[in-house]
Amino acid sequence: MSDPQTEVLSQAFELGFTYTRSTGPIVGRFLTGLRDRQIVGIRGSDGRVIVPPMEYDPVTAAALDEFVPVGQRGEVTTWSWVKYPREKHLLDHPFAWALIQLDGADIPMLHMVDAGDESVMKTGMKVEVRWADEPRGHISDIACFVPFVEEA
Amino acid sequence: MKDIAVIAFSQSDSVADAGANNEVELIMPVVSDALGQVGFKSAQDVDFTCSGSCDYLQGAAFAFVSGVDALGAVPPIKESHVEMDAAWALYESWLKIQMGQAESALIYGFGKSSPGELPHVLTLQMDPYYVAPLWADTIGMAALQARTMLDAGAITEEDMANVVSRSRRNALSNPHAQLSGDYDVETLLAEDTYLSPLRRHDCCPSSDGASAMVICTVERAREMGVKYAVIRGIDHRIETHHLGARDLTVSSSTRTAGERAGVFEAPVEVAELYAPFSHQELILSRSLDLDGDVDINPSGGVLAGNMMMASGLSRIGEVAQRIMAGDYQRGLAHATSGACLQHNLVTVLEGV
Repeated sequence: MSDPQTEVLSQAFELGFTYTRSTGPIVGRFLTGLRDRQIVGIRGSDGRVIVPPMEYDPVTAAALDEFVPVGQRGEVTTWSWVKYPREKHLLDHPFAWALIQLDGADIPMLHMVDAGDESVMKTGMKVEVRWADEPRGHISDIACFVPFVEEA
Repeated sequence: MKDIAVIAFSQSDSVADAGANNEVELIMPVVSDALGQVGFKSAQDVDFTCSGSCDYLQGAAFAFVSGVDALGAVPPIKESHVEMDAAWALYESWLKIQMGQAESALIYGFGKSSPGELPHVLTLQMDPYYVAPLWADTIGMAALQARTMLDAGAITEEDMANVVSRSRRNALSNPHAQLSGDYDVETLLAEDTYLSPLRRHDCCPSSDGASAMVICTVERAREMGVKYAVIRGIDHRIETHHLGARDLTVSSSTRTAGERAGVFEAPVEVAELYAPFSHQELILSRSLDLDGDVDINPSGGVLAGNMMMASGLSRIGEVAQRIMAGDYQRGLAHATSGACLQHNLVTVLEGV
């Protein structure tokens, strides 16, 4: 018989919240745009374009409302390499977390780069969106970014 | 502002897995020890009690309520909780005393990280629309920050290894430490990356444990005739949750909190910094102008053991204990929360 002091009883438990939330006019506009394979940012108090759009300016806290369409290609400003993906990660093979500054944006966004191998990753490299097969108005409609080589 | 005294502190060992011990069993020993250090018998002997913990660790809403069992359910006490590190429970208690609503307080923090996968449990605290659905993990985001520092030439991998080497060596004299040892920089740098550019040793371990503190007005401490360290200043500041909108190479919120807490009014001799990743200790040291004369993380810091939701309070306790022992006259303690040092609290402590 096992030692009662160290025996851990366990039971499967699934926590569920069976309600829906409205994402509001700013976050909602961005997510709805993704469904149509469009990306919008928002102009901050200092004129810089923030992607994904924030409801309030990160410095002045002013309410923001000027949407700015941005490109689907951009530049990696920093990255890390996930050599050992965890079960919850959306890619099941090694990938990069990256901050990606989209063309027309001034503030980079967090997403993944599916680069295949760490040696492909470089700060300043160009990447472009890989869309999900069936966008549904969710951040993961951007399945990930992939390296983009400009044609000569 | 009243000067408020830290009169007792207790912490458990940092362990990778506390096994069958539940949260109450982690809390009771440290609460009893802290109260007993000043002759108190129970939470009935203080005016206010405040705890810090994270319901996501237990995976149930209002899970923190069960922690109150460690105090005894009757008669009722004045009690509060922060869904944050217990350093912020100290802040709430400090405010309570400043407002004249209490003269003494018991603070405790606890966390059992072992049942879950901590880097992903903490994802649940992130932006629920843009970040959490990507399952961005704490280590992956900290690694982005480290790369920003390396790319900018602000630090080298050797600097990071130096932090780890000193942390593990200091931890040799910390009986509560989870990781300690003598590792030279060359040995550390020879290891492969784990989540590039971070190596495993650049990341704090995941730990189970708890800590507790008792504070009171300086007048009360004198009446009791106990040893104490004085909280000269305490302040906390937060930065935006949009990671891309922050300058990740500095900690502007730590700087502001430090200014407001009075760090720069006189030199400090010791600093305990809550840096879960090696490069973050360098960011924090620079943000607080700590030079080579300051003893940084004499306990080994959280690279030697990171009791989620208690580690911030423990940083303050580590400094307070050293001041009470007469090792130092003036020091600072720092606590953090959120991704890449998003939210920071700075406390200045002095001897009498």
